Amino acid sequence: MTAQRRTTPTAPQAAHAAPLSPPTLPVIIRVQIAIRLFMIQSAWNYELLLGNGVGFCIEPALRRLPGGKGGVAYREALARESQYFNAHPYLAAVAVGALARAELEGAQPARIERFRTALCGPLGSVGDRLVWAGWLPFCSLLALAAYGLGAGPVAVLLLFLGLYNAGHVGLRAWGLSVGWRNGMRVASALAVPVLREGPAHLARAAALVAGIALPLALGRAIGPSRAVLGAVVLIVALMGTLAARLPAWLQGWRLALGVLAIWIAYSLATYTVVR
Amino acid sequence: MPDFHLVSLTAVGAVLGLDTVSFPQAMLSRPIVASTIGGAMVGDPVAGLLAGAALELVALETLPVGASRYPEWGSASIVGGALLGSYGETAPGGLSVTLFAAIATAWIGGWTMVQMRGLNGLMARRFRVAINAGSPTAVVGLQFAGLLADLLRGGLLTLTALLVFEPLMHATLGVWGASPRYSRAVSIGVAASVASGAVWKLFRGTAGARWYLLCGLALGLVVMTFL
Repeated sequence: MTAQRRTTPTAPQAAHAAPLSPPTLPVIIRVQIAIRLFMIQSAWNYELLLGNGVGFCIEPALRRLPGGKGGVAYREALARESQYFNAHPYLAAVAVGALARAELEGAQPARIERFRTALCGPLGSVGDRLVWAGWLPFCSLLALAAYGLGAGPVAVLLLFLGLYNAGHVGLRAWGLSVGWRNGMRVASALAVPVLREGPAHLARAAALVAGIALPLALGRAIGPSRAVLGAVVLIVALMGTLAARLPAWLQGWRLALGVLAIWIAYSLATYTVVR
Repeated sequence: MPDFHLVSLTAVGAVLGLDTVSFPQAMLSRPIVASTIGGAMVGDPVAGLLAGAALELVALETLPVGASRYPEWGSASIVGGALLGSYGETAPGGLSVTLFAAIATAWIGGWTMVQMRGLNGLMARRFRVAINAGSPTAVVGLQFAGLLADLLRGGLLTLTALLVFEPLMHATLGVWGASPRYSRAVSIGVAASVASGAVWKLFRGTAGARWYLLCGLALGLVVMTFL
């Protein structure tokens, strides 16, 4: 991969000061990139992480480089964009948009590589806190609350999938758009309140919904027996406190598997003894 | 379980396994969705929803964060929903065996995902020269190869889990000795304990979140009393 600056007609201006209006990107290419963004993780591996996925997503835009598909500029850019990269998969759209613009504007390869590296940390940590630790548990707990309130299968599924994906698809679309609009100056655009304060607000909202959802879901799943329900609520409160103090390696699902195995063995033993 | 159920569940399990990471991560693979679909496919969506809600409580603890290892809930939940849907939600011990089968499948599913990532890495190393030369065939090919491998992984996992756990469940429920009411309470209690621990771990670091949790809990208990 050469570190030489490409000599496209727009390169001199672009390398030093990003233009106010982005270069044009036909709608069909935007749609192709948007569709590919949903597959950004399909070759995820411990070598490149998301790297190949980023190259895969940007590839349609790179066809507009001088020389077209297969040209020297195209190949150099595709190789550069397919190296190691890590970010939250939804917020990787910001990087894809920004990097596509930087490549089409003919920014210096070394600058692009530094910019690419700098994007990894923030897009990973913000995305993890906003989506995995905020939006997903919030939607999941809301669906459990709906279940606890007596909603049927269709209502629960529509509520969960509709709400979650409104945020999911919206975040990907916003990311691609803001990345493309701002190019290598995208850092300032990432200081929006949703990304800065959204995770904390979401965590509080999810905590409130969790408090409502857990007893309601327990109530519906266990059924009308009040005595059993009361005992289970107390046991859950006690066991939940213990579960929160488990070491990281001893995850709750492993314990759940163990307890269920013991319960099944007990039940089979009871049958044998009674017989 | 009839053959056509086995085939259709395998196909849907493959697609939902794919959703976990590869495409499109729309959370169709979350237990509350996948298990309900599994139950609906064998004719009992309400049983699927019950299994899904219980599994969702357990899954709250495991977030699909990048390189970390976590159970694969998509294919596992289809299996769970289909198992409970086949026997009905009131079958004595049905929920206990279903949760055990689904969590075990999710555990194995997580292991298969790690192996698949290793396979993707192997392919990436094999294509490294072509990728470094900017070959679109290598970049696009690697991406689609990963997609196909994940689809096959999800399908094989679903099929294997159904073939193993369906007869096991049949045999176990035939000799179930514990009280059906307590069996259900134990299963749900275990899942809710995992969820309450997970909720605490998730939100304790956020200023004020514990008060929101307590307010919600009070509200939830009041509503539960009147329902």
